[in-house]
Amino acid sequence: MKHAFFDHLSGIESPIHHLDARAKILVFFTLILVSVSSQPNSFLLFGLLAMVLISIALWARLPLAHLGREVLVILPFLFLVTISIPFMKKDAIGGGYSLGLGGLSISKSGLWILWNVIVKSSLAVFSILLLASTTSFPRLIKGMERLGSPKIFTIIISFLYRYSFILIDEMHRMKRARDSRCFGGRWFWHSKAIGHMVGWLFLRSFHRGERVYLAMLSRGYNGTMPETTAGRFGWSELLFLSLIPTFIFLRIYLR
Amino acid sequence: MKSDKVIEIDHLSYHYPDGTPALRDIDLEVYEHESVAILGPNGAGKSTLLYHLNGTLMGEGKVTILGLPVEKKNLKEIRRRVGLVFQSPEDQLFCPTVYDDVAFGPLNMGLDEESVKHRVEKALEMVGLKGFEGRSAHHLSEGEKKRVALATVLSMDSEILAFDEPTDNLDPAGSRLLIERIQLTPQTKVIITHHLPVAVDLCERAVLIRGGEKVEDLPMEKLLKSRGLLERFGFDPDFAQWMYQRKKDSGRANP
Repeated sequence: MKHAFFDHLSGIESPIHHLDARAKILVFFTLILVSVSSQPNSFLLFGLLAMVLISIALWARLPLAHLGREVLVILPFLFLVTISIPFMKKDAIGGGYSLGLGGLSISKSGLWILWNVIVKSSLAVFSILLLASTTSFPRLIKGMERLGSPKIFTIIISFLYRYSFILIDEMHRMKRARDSRCFGGRWFWHSKAIGHMVGWLFLRSFHRGERVYLAMLSRGYNGTMPETTAGRFGWSELLFLSLIPTFIFLRIYLR
Repeated sequence: MKSDKVIEIDHLSYHYPDGTPALRDIDLEVYEHESVAILGPNGAGKSTLLYHLNGTLMGEGKVTILGLPVEKKNLKEIRRRVGLVFQSPEDQLFCPTVYDDVAFGPLNMGLDEESVKHRVEKALEMVGLKGFEGRSAHHLSEGEKKRVALATVLSMDSEILAFDEPTDNLDPAGSRLLIERIQLTPQTKVIITHHLPVAVDLCERAVLIRGGEKVEDLPMEKLLKSRGLLERFGFDPDFAQWMYQRKKDSGRANP
């Protein structure tokens, strides 16, 4: 069965794709920290950060339009969360609507908050997208591990990644089996079947977990995952890491 | 003259945790470089028997592998020397990449990085999947997954290979490819299957199991000629006769 892989662009050949995952994690993480910690009116800083991201995307030969669409995906969620803020804040009025019965006014600080959330989350999502599009998931996990992320955490994530596809396949098969014996009706009438499906899915995962554990034991597993090979950290990684002091410098001197 | 005994099972019985008997008083001896097929219907106890070969299950009675009794203190050594290939490759391949999966056994054995790398390369070459190191298991076809699963035990340099339904879920071409790869392995083999042609292609000896009991232990050619026995186990005796003839002809063609 086909799945949507969020790291499906990570197979492209480019200098950015070849960089060690650790360097990329550190750089994008700093970029997010810098943007989140800055004032909402640091337009120049936001502009420069966006330019850095776009240049990295171009250098990595990623389709910009595609990335743009993926960033847009977050907008509806953002709007749902933040759209009410300009109406709720009570201070300097920025503008108003007259809706017949009563007026609706928009506060200036509320608008600033809205802008603040939108620009920072867009930059953050764009950074994460770039990281995921230039690094395959296994390398990302290894990078996190080598940066000192707790091993148990990375093991759980890698199992989750590996088995989520199998779980989704299993769910699709059950759904198909249900649909072939089910003749329409509202979802409410299917709720019992859905409940059974969730239960079965849990049981099957539980049993699979046991079998996977047996398979691990059979290959000498003794409670600790073996150490994985170390990556190389060369000149290109160091060069890429030089973006970090640049970001911090920009954060301090640009308002 | 018979070569060394590598597997010795003496009066083995096993009950499931709920008390249902799964194996009753099984005796079995396998000699070095022998290939033994364990045939029987679903639920006969074939897989349960297989799990006793590397101590993932331990019942009453005595199991000795390469002179070592299957006991807690010998498990590490036994699991290194018996490679178990599970029925579902999804259970066997639990790492983010093919390389990690094939390297899992050797790394647990405490080998250094260079020899692990060498073993992974060699094992993948043996199953015809060189260059698949960086791929993820969910990107592979069913046949490729089965071959990677075989590579995960070949990399451990096991002396005994134990397969649980190796050709399950494979199309004819995939089956053929896998059987050819298994034929190339020089190790002692125990193969569980309910497909007679697979057993005929891979093994010279057949052990028939039903209801947890050993019913018969005989050379493959003799089984193919035993109409009554074949019928009792649901195999088509005419097809078996045809396979017998084919085996004889091919034996004459390449003595």
